[in-house]
This record gives sequence, C-alpha cells and structure tokens, in this order.
Amino acid sequence: MSRVSRMTSSPGRRSLLRVVPPLVLLAVLAYLPYLPVELPGVLPGRVNGPGSMQLLATCLVFAGFALSYDVLFGRTGLLSFGHALFVAAGSYLLTISLSAWSLPLGVSVLVALGGSTLLALVVGAVALRVGGIAFAMVTLAFAQAASIVVLRDPGGITGGEEGKALPRSAVPDLLVGVQNAPYRYWLALGFVVVAIVVVRLLVASRAGHAMAAVRENEPRAAVLGISTYRVKLLAIVVGSFLGALGGVVHALVLGGSGPHLTTSEFTLSLLVMVVLGGAGRTWGALLGGFLYHYADARLTEASGSGLFESLPDGLRSVLGQPLFVLGIFFVLVVYFAPAGLAGIGGRVVRKAVRP
Amino acid sequence: MSDLVLILVTGLGLGALYFLAASGLSLVYGLMGVLNFAHGAFVTAGGYAAWLTMDALPNSLGVGVRLLVAAVVAVLVGAVVGVVVEVVLIRPLYLHHIQQVLVTVGLSLAAVAATQGIWGADPHPVEKPAWMAGTVELLGARLPVDRFVYVAVALALFAGLVALLRYTRLGLVIRAGVENRTMVEALGIDVRRTFTVVFGLGGAVAALAGVLYSQYAGTVSPGQGGSLLIYAFIVVVIGGMGSLTGTAVAALAVGLVQQLANYYAASGIGDLSVVLLLALVLLLRPSSLKGATA
Repeated sequence: MSRVSRMTSSPGRRSLLRVVPPLVLLAVLAYLPYLPVELPGVLPGRVNGPGSMQLLATCLVFAGFALSYDVLFGRTGLLSFGHALFVAAGSYLLTISLSAWSLPLGVSVLVALGGSTLLALVVGAVALRVGGIAFAMVTLAFAQAASIVVLRDPGGITGGEEGKALPRSAVPDLLVGVQNAPYRYWLALGFVVVAIVVVRLLVASRAGHAMAAVRENEPRAAVLGISTYRVKLLAIVVGSFLGALGGVVHALVLGGSGPHLTTSEFTLSLLVMVVLGGAGRTWGALLGGFLYHYADARLTEASGSGLFESLPDGLRSVLGQPLFVLGIFFVLVVYFAPAGLAGIGGRVVRKAVRP
Repeated sequence: MSDLVLILVTGLGLGALYFLAASGLSLVYGLMGVLNFAHGAFVTAGGYAAWLTMDALPNSLGVGVRLLVAAVVAVLVGAVVGVVVEVVLIRPLYLHHIQQVLVTVGLSLAAVAATQGIWGADPHPVEKPAWMAGTVELLGARLPVDRFVYVAVALALFAGLVALLRYTRLGLVIRAGVENRTMVEALGIDVRRTFTVVFGLGGAVAALAGVLYSQYAGTVSPGQGGSLLIYAFIVVVIGGMGSLTGTAVAALAVGLVQQLANYYAASGIGDLSVVLLLALVLLLRPSSLKGATA
C-alpha cells in the first residue's frame, strides 16, 4: 500500500527522473564531435578525430543491433539464431539497390527496409511452426542459406567474400570521406534514438504486454486468449525491421556491405551482446552491443600493441583473439551474473540509494 | 549414367559424414534437451587431434596406420572433452535449457578463437592414405574410395549405437530417459551419470566425424566444425529430434539432395535446396519435430 501511494504521490518527479538522464546522455553523445580531447588508451587519437568517430559510430550501430535482437530474445523469449539474416538483408539490399540497380538513395532505403521486413514475415511465419530449440535451429538454417547465397555471389551483385562497396556518387557527400566522420556518427546516433523510441513504444503497448506474457509463460498466455503465434511474429517483424534499419545505417557508416554480417558467428555474437548487457532491458542491450564491439575492436589493437609482450607465446596468441576473451567472459556472465551488466549496475544503484 | 553414379556415391558419403556429426547431437538433445553448440568444437577438436597425432608419429609408419592411430586418439580426446564440458559447464545449469545453450555458444566462439590463436586461421593440409585417395570402377564410373570408407564407418556406428540402445542396460536407461526422464529418476536411476556418458559418447562420435571430415576436405581449419554443425542441425531437425533412425534417413536425404542439386542445377543451389527441404518438412509435418523416441 505504501509503495502504491509513494508512486502516485509524485508522478511528475518520477517521470522526470526517467527522462532527464537519457536526454543528458544523448546531448553529451551528440556533442562529442566538438570535443578535441585525447583519451589515451580509451580511444584512438582525439575524441572528435576521424578514427574515434568511426569507432564510436560503429559501436552505436552495434548497440542498435543488440537492441533490435532484444525485441525477440529479451522481450518475447524467442531464441532466434537468424537475426543476422535481416541485418544483412538491410545492408545488402541497400548496397545492391544503389550499385546494381542504380536506384536513388531514398528509394533504395525503402527497398532495403521493405524487402527485409517482408523476408522477416515469410521466414518468421515458417520458423514459428516449431517452438523452443527447434525454432533456434530453423532460424539458424535460414540465416546460413543467406550466407551461402552472399558468398556464391550470384550475378556479381553481392561481391562474394570481398563484399560490395557503396558507389560514392549515389551517397550524399556529407556521408563520404574521412573529414565527414562526425556526420556518420550522428547518423548512427540517430538510428539508436529511433530504435529506443520504437522499442519503448512497443513495450508500453498492448502488444508489448502480450510479448512479455508469452515470454513468461506461453501456455498461460495462450489460455488467456492471446494469439501467441501472432505476437511472436510481430516481435520478429519489428525486431527485424530495426535490425534491417541498422543494416542500412551500417552500410552507410562503413561504406558498403561485407559477408561477415551474414555469418552464424555474427548471429551468435548478437546473442552474446544482449546477454552480456542484460536481456529484456533497453539499456542493457544497448550497453552490451556497444561494449562488445568496442572490446572486439580494441582487443585486436591491444594484442598488436605489445600489451601481452611478457606472456608466453601460446597464451599471447590466444589472448590476442578477441572472441576468445569475449566467449569466456560471456560464459562467466551466464553463470555469475544472469541479468548481465545492467543487472549488476541496477544492484549497485539500489545499494547506493538504500544502504 | 556414370555421372549419376558418382553423384549418388558422393551424396551417400556426405550423408554418412552428416550422420556422424548429427547422431551425437541428436542423442544429447533427445536425452537431455541440450542443444549443444559446442558440438562443432568437438568436431574441430577431433580433426586437430588427428592432424597433430599424424604429424607427431614417425614417418616410417604407413599413412594408413598413422591415420588409424590418429583416429583412436581423436575419439579419446573427443570423449574426454565431452565429459569435461558436461561435468564442468552443463551440469551446474541442469534444467536451465536456455542457459545451457548460451554456455555452449560462448564455448564454441571461444574454441574457434583459441584454435585460430594457437594454430593459425589458415587450413593445414592433412595426409591421406594412397588407397583412400584412389578410385574404383563401378557401373562405368570412377568412384573415389574414401566415400565408401565414410559410408562403412557410418553404417558401423549406426549398428553399434542401435545395439547399444537396444541390448545394454545403458541403452535401456537412455531410451527410457528420452521417453520420460522424471519417471526414470523416480525409479531411482541416476540419470545424471547417464548424461555424462552420453555427452562423452557424443563428443567421441563428433571427433570421429571431425577426423573423416578433415579427410574429405583434405585440410583442417578452425571453422570446419562450425560449417559441418549447421548441416548437422538441419539433419537433426528433419530427422525428428532425438530419433537415431530418423537422423540416419535425414542425413542420407540431405547428402543426396545437396549433391544432386549442386550437379543438375548449379553449384551452391544444393546448400539452398537443403534449407528448402527443411522448410518443406516444417510446413508439411511440424508435429514430427516435437521430439521422438530413440
């Protein structure tokens, strides 16, 4: 009773507390391109230098990828191993529309988003005929089929193992070139904001509550009259749409599409990101995606910089593999911090507020 | 005609490899409900163990003898790895299926990265006995001998597993466990020990698949197990998860469809038609996938 009254007594202050920190964070992030500070060891060169901007932009895109996957895994409890398929579809459809079909940028983005969402509808409708672990295997198989197609390079449109670069002339000048890295960074930041807004709206909607019900207890949700098949399909379609949007932004930020986006390894890494950060929490998924890509990129560099110089040869070459470190760390998180980094953070904050 | 025979035999050989990779996966899934993503790592471990053993043995021994010793070593390594993974990683998460999947995912990522770190990302060539690299004439076609070796090993394994399941006490417990695990536990049988044994068995079979797959490919590479694992998953799903006979039939179907489509349509279509086959099975008979008896 006291809990209810506390919540109703100051609704204005509480919602303000919820809104202000994210907005401050957004303002800080948006201001970074004007910050000529060096953070040695954390970022390559100045914060607003092209190297740091590009790294941060990619990290933000990965944060968005993780958030899009969390719609399936964390919010609806769907263990899908096919999410890379839709990210890759967005990325490749954009590149192919621009290069092979010479469509204008606006139309290409629509083609990429529309095509990927349609693909999600079809694949989701088939894969959802089975549940649980079988669903995971089936989605993995579909993603693998896409990976094979991309690597075989039909008609020379995907570029095979090399990937395909965006034609420079088709992309606005603001997004091309080293000096324009801040614009690509803002584009990535914009994508993350859109993803957060869509996910928050979805979670707060009736469909979002139905998704949570399916996650917690699917038979009970079905008995309550919720069409679980439709709810799960909706989660797949919305998550895939956001993933495809991320794929489009990824292609624009990196200037093309690469086959690594289609690999099963990428799908698995999405799962790792979400669990590391904290499944079913917006900030957890974002943090997981951001940190995963950051660690992936920086660990590769650290191993080249002689940080592990004193270690024996075998150990050094193994530790130089970012995926080894991340894989082991991931296993530890599954055991000792099932709620992820966001869970640990939440506990620390609660302890600080109420000692 | 001779082309068709060659394709059919190659398809059978490939199907045999898929069966080897999938049977352990299917048993583990059927009994324990664990989708083991690290199974690909077991396959890779087998391939590398055999490669290292063959390199370490003196050249004075024939290639065939060294391969045989290497296969035995690989199977032992696979069994040990399987048992260790089960006891250390899987057992503490008993009945937490999603977490078990997550742990094996992390393990598979780390294992591929570790292999890459220690032995490099590039494929290493593997020696092949001369008699296995040769061909025989049959129905007017020149057929590579190694395909028959794969089929023979797969048949022997199938017979062995069927015998194990049907005529031993362990097999009885496994079959009963697949059917109704709670009941078996209620009857006072330690199912957990059976889990460990089955996981070790799965690891051993996976390692054997790794040895033969590296022979088929002519090389060992870090990503090898993962690529075989994808087909193993498809085979397990089509075959009805947990059913050994279903797995065998599905492995043959997948191998043959893949080879036929690759030859008669275009290279690469075969891999796609396998996924198409999976989608068809899902649409027409989703009920067969809910699990079956061993």
